[in-house]
Formats: sequence, structure tokens, C-alpha cells
Amino acid sequence: MSTVERFENRFKTDRKMEFAPGDTIKVYVRVIEGEKERSQIFQGVVTNIRGSGMRQSFTVRKVSGGVGVERTFPLHSPAVAKIDLARKGKVRRAKLFYLRGKRGKSAKVGEREKLNPESA
Amino acid sequence: MIGLLAEKIGMTQLFDERGRVTPVTVLAAGPCPIVQVKTPETDGYAALQIGFGRKRESLIPKGLQGHLKKHNAAGIRALKEVRVQDTSEYKVGQELTVSLFEVGSKVDVIGVSKGRGFAGVIRRHHFTCGRETHGCVTHKQPGSIGASAYPSRVIKGKKLPGRMGGARVTVKNLHVVGVDPEQHLIWVRGSIPGPPKSTVLIRKNG
Repeated sequence: MSTVERFENRFKTDRKMEFAPGDTIKVYVRVIEGEKERSQIFQGVVTNIRGSGMRQSFTVRKVSGGVGVERTFPLHSPAVAKIDLARKGKVRRAKLFYLRGKRGKSAKVGEREKLNPESA
Repeated sequence: MIGLLAEKIGMTQLFDERGRVTPVTVLAAGPCPIVQVKTPETDGYAALQIGFGRKRESLIPKGLQGHLKKHNAAGIRALKEVRVQDTSEYKVGQELTVSLFEVGSKVDVIGVSKGRGFAGVIRRHHFTCGRETHGCVTHKQPGSIGASAYPSRVIKGKKLPGRMGGARVTVKNLHVVGVDPEQHLIWVRGSIPGPPKSTVLIRKNG
């Protein structure tokens, strides 16, 4: 293990990538407005996972009001409060950039297996 | 200015409590024993010779071995001089550690940049590229390098292709983000010259 990784381990959260590209996840984002802090949910399909260690990040894509929105979150960012897995996707590649040009049914990701309700 | 020899470990990023990212370079700095104290009386100037790291003694030239032995610092890998105003508070054998630096202060880092080999003018001097298409045949050439009959020579200092990198580079005013005196680590905001594992000098700023 290189020392950079050892250094990163001091700051890393114990959060793990418990989802894969194609999965639909809910990201609870901490939003600070002045004094108040609230949580905002960003739900969508994971299209990209990259990096390692402290620098690992993932991209979530959703279609909001007919417009595609993608947001990239660092996995260990304190701005990410919680991540919930909503649905497991059935995909054949690691990067789902092909979803970008698609609309309607062709922009859908198939479902792999039903999650049992308590873990969802 | 008092400083410390260090080894570049690598870069990573840290978050603040709001999730904003700071790019940091981690350095393993010191402990650096003072090998020699140079004073105006004996050497004409005031400086400290500091050492860093260990090396097999058979790899050190004999002359240097003698010098190190004389100052009780056999097997030191790297030596560097740092200028100081006043040498009276330092003595040979004393160890300088990373606790020299405080979080929030500024440092300069001096290292040798990564070698780029023989590089063209686009990469080496940021010349503009020519057009790629529309019948252009020169894409990454320097163009004209001067006039004709007068002066009949190329002006000295003209930017041309050549060896790039592998030179001493100083990065000034780097913000110290964190210090760990136990592990002899220091991390600064931003990048520093050279590849990981290279030896650099961290100098206290101001």
C-alpha cells in the first residue's frame, strides 16, 4: 500500500460503493442554507464510477422535466449524507454514457433482481 | 530561511465539513539532523547544513563519508544548506522536525521538475499551433526565427525546441493544510514539482 493511500485512510468515511453502474440510487445531499441544514434527495441511475481511495466518485443521471441532469458526487464527501439503493440495474458495461442521447424506452435500464423490501 | 528536506509522497484531496475539496500534496518531511553549522566567522556566511534519509555507506563517496563521520552523521542520503539569520540557536546533531511548520502558514517548495525530454515549442514555450486542415502543412513548427541579411544570425535567447523539465523549480506561498509531527508528515495545498519519491526542500516563507 502506498503511503498516499495510508494517508487517505485517516480521512476516509467508512462508506462503501454498495451499488454498481445501472443501479438506481437515492443520494441524500446535505444542503446548507445560511444557518439551516436540510437534506435533498437526488435519485437516478448510476452511470459512472471512477477513481479509487479518497478520490472515488460516482455520477448519477436523472431526467428532470424532460431535461437530463447528471451529478457527480465524491463517495467520501461529507456533503453526501446517505445513499440508498432503490433498484438494481441489468447492464453490460461500466460506463453508461450511451443513455445520454436516448429518450423514452431506449433510455431505460433493465432490472436485475427485485430487492427485498426492507433493504430498499 | 529555515527549511526541511522532504520526500514527495503524492497528491490526493481532502474535504471540508461542507464537502468542498482541497487538492493537497503529502510530503514526508524530516527529521533532518543538522550536520554542520556555518558561521560568518568560519565560512563567511550563516547557514545550516541539514541531512535527510539513510543510504548504505558503501554508496557514499569516500570524501563525503569522512565529512559525515566528522559530524556524527554517517549514512545520510541527502545534504542541503539552508541560510539562516542567526546560527546561535542551532547546534550540530540537533534534529529539525516537521513541527517547524504551523498549519495555516505559507511555505516554498523547491524541487526538480519531471523531465520531458526534447520538447517542441508548443509544449516547451506555449507557442500557438498552426491550423490542422485547410491545406496547412506546418502544424507544430516554430515559424520564422528571425530576419534575413541583417542581423544574419538568430537572436540569443530565441525560444526554440530543446530539453524541457528536469530543472530546479520553486513553488512559492503554498498553504500548509496539515502537519503530523508523529508520522513526520506535512500536507500543502496544490502541487509541487517532481515525481513522487523525489526529494524536495520545504522552506519557511517569510
